[in-house]
Amino acid sequence: MINIIWAMMAIIGIVYAMFNGTMEQVNEALFKGANDAVTLVISLTSVLVFWVGIMRVAEHAGILRGFAKVSRPVVRRLFPELPADHPAMGYILANFSANLFGLGNAATPMGIKAMEEMKKISQSDRASNSMITFLVINTSSITLVPTTVIAIRMEYQSVAPTEIVASTILATLITTVAAITVDRLLRKRRDSLL
Amino acid sequence: MVEWLTIISIWLVPITIMMILLIAIIKKVPAYEVFVEGGKEGLKMSISLLPFLLGMLVAIAILRSSGALDAFITFLQPVLSKVGFPAEIAPLAILRPISGTAALSVTSEIIKIYGPDSFLGRLASTMQGSTDTTLYILTVYFGAVGIKKMGDALKVGLIADFIGIMVSVMIVTWLFL
Repeated sequence: MINIIWAMMAIIGIVYAMFNGTMEQVNEALFKGANDAVTLVISLTSVLVFWVGIMRVAEHAGILRGFAKVSRPVVRRLFPELPADHPAMGYILANFSANLFGLGNAATPMGIKAMEEMKKISQSDRASNSMITFLVINTSSITLVPTTVIAIRMEYQSVAPTEIVASTILATLITTVAAITVDRLLRKRRDSLL
Repeated sequence: MVEWLTIISIWLVPITIMMILLIAIIKKVPAYEVFVEGGKEGLKMSISLLPFLLGMLVAIAILRSSGALDAFITFLQPVLSKVGFPAEIAPLAILRPISGTAALSVTSEIIKIYGPDSFLGRLASTMQGSTDTTLYILTVYFGAVGIKKMGDALKVGLIADFIGIMVSVMIVTWLFL
């Protein structure tokens, strides 16, 4: 599906540009988009090297295993397929806590490590149930303090920049629960097809 | 409450690093060597990420710069406002799952035009904060570990975004109107 979506995004854009007279902008955007990706990866590289390094130390020191043990009662329910005390659980918990406190920088490397550990379990290039659940929780954005939004609100002289924290937490909570439910329903259907 | 959470966010990273290194020394882990070894792995991850991100960002750039995305949004706006969805917020709702930077600039724009303490300003703030860029997350996480078949991930992610957008409208209406 992703192959078709990806190709269609480019094709629709180019065909639309033919009639809309925006071919010049498309030409510019092509290389700007490519440039943006390189810039983004460079900024991700520093974060990835640092956090994967630190987390490797944590793994060797046995901290991750401890983390996995602590989080087991909750994480096991969300990810029933993961073996007990598997390092994947430690990384999942680390990713969730980093997200919760708005540390997007640290959350991404831990999330990637969690995915890698889950891939070691599934041994396939197909997304496993646990991976999908993990990503769905990530895309519904579990955060306590939306720092970027608060910064923008301050910039435009809001009288109460933080008043949206409550509505954001509430919206996030409902969305996350709904997303997990949808994932569960689809998982059941998926498993019954196999 | 919020001040406390901000302080926790600032302290959390340095304290975590200190604790990890302290425990590593106590357990006689060769911390520096292990760190470098992990760092190399991080480097490999970011290199394998580049083609995935580049492909996705270029496709999104084409779609946006051609005007096709704007045309799609203009087309959807009357439909959305018929079901009671504020038309001004439609661009943000559509862009949020596709492009993080585009969504952020739309949020700033809405806050700038209508004011941060208006209904639309609060709604944009909540929507921006309560969902994430699904396409980016899928690209990065699946790309870095080489998952080719995404299964239901995209579908569930987009359904979650849709729920998030609707829930934001309901909650902001209920809390602030």
